Amino acid sequence: MDNHYELKNNPTFISELQDCAKLLIDKLENDSFQDASTLICNMIEARDKHIFSSVGKLTRGLHDAIVNFHVDGDLSSEPPNIESSEIHDATDRLNYVINLTQQAADKTMDMVEASAPIAMNLGQEANSLRDDWLRLRRREMSKEEFAGLYQRMDEFLQQMCDGTTQLNENMQSIVLEQGFQDLTGQVLKRVITLVHDVENELVKLVRVASQVEQVTGLVTNEVKGDEVRAIDSKGEGPQIHAEKRDDVVKGQDEVDDLLSSLGF
Amino acid sequence: MGPLRGELMEVALDKGMKILIVDDFSTMRRIIKNLLRDLGFTNTHEADDGSTALPMLKSGDFDFLVTDWNMPGMTGIELLKEIRADESLASLPTLMVTAEAKRDQIIEAAQAGVNGYVVKPFTAQVLKEKIDKIFERVDS
Repeated sequence: MDNHYELKNNPTFISELQDCAKLLIDKLENDSFQDASTLICNMIEARDKHIFSSVGKLTRGLHDAIVNFHVDGDLSSEPPNIESSEIHDATDRLNYVINLTQQAADKTMDMVEASAPIAMNLGQEANSLRDDWLRLRRREMSKEEFAGLYQRMDEFLQQMCDGTTQLNENMQSIVLEQGFQDLTGQVLKRVITLVHDVENELVKLVRVASQVEQVTGLVTNEVKGDEVRAIDSKGEGPQIHAEKRDDVVKGQDEVDDLLSSLGF
Repeated sequence: MGPLRGELMEVALDKGMKILIVDDFSTMRRIIKNLLRDLGFTNTHEADDGSTALPMLKSGDFDFLVTDWNMPGMTGIELLKEIRADESLASLPTLMVTAEAKRDQIIEAAQAGVNGYVVKPFTAQVLKEKIDKIFERVDS
């Protein structure tokens, strides 16, 4: 990584230091304090030069990383106007996904709710007609009843035609409604690309920051990730890698097992 | 728990009981409402998070609560803790229907006094089983 290169492998700086150090020891052993202090000045100068050039490189790195961050817009105003930025655009896109999936779910359930009674009525009428039909075949039906059955059969066939036409239309619109998958998929892919780009730029920024620490000799206390992660009552939402995690149940059976192991 | 006992319970369950469904997604509320209706429960009411649900529960003599965990405002686990701390609601049968699947969370919900825990996505059969089980235990 280039941050190691900066400090440890800057050959000019290191060889200058080494040369000066050897000379310094010679001069001090020979009591040439005048020359020794000149050498110390040279060493300080070399270190300053190294810091200046490092700061220059860091500034360029920082600038490049920020420019690539996709946060365009008027940042000088307060609050900053970032409506044209790509990240703002991404949140709009994600809201669009929520709206579209919600519409599709609503429409699908509307269609199912509209279809269920049609299917149920046709089924009930068919059942009742079949009973009468069996009575007719067993010759248990009077002439008047037969006239009624004749009429009902007529009506039922009409209901059947209308009902199945309606059911077909409803099923067709359920199928069409699934088009949300295509549209939301396209939007999500674009947002994924953006998140990936931003992640790369963040990594670059972190690198720049660690170089600043090295050059200036600042030491930060490392905080372990585990300590930061507190139990969050907000929840995590659906687990997308449940099969790879030990702390997550893989389905209702494991929930039931866990609860019964707790004496539930 | 043989099938016979399940059938007996079906007779014993009050289909007119007043149920509150709490979920921030209207689609999920609608799915649960439809499943409950298929099971014969028609007296269902809805809230979109814990802070809306709590005053409804306090004033509405509900018999059963079905709640999600992850919601803006007050979460389901916070709602559960609130009602368990409230004298008039402390014994309200509560079923959690949630995507939260961490063992720690399930244990937390159990310790907070949940009566049943269903992970999403779920089936009509699982929902029915859990409701039967809750009222079997509550009644006995």
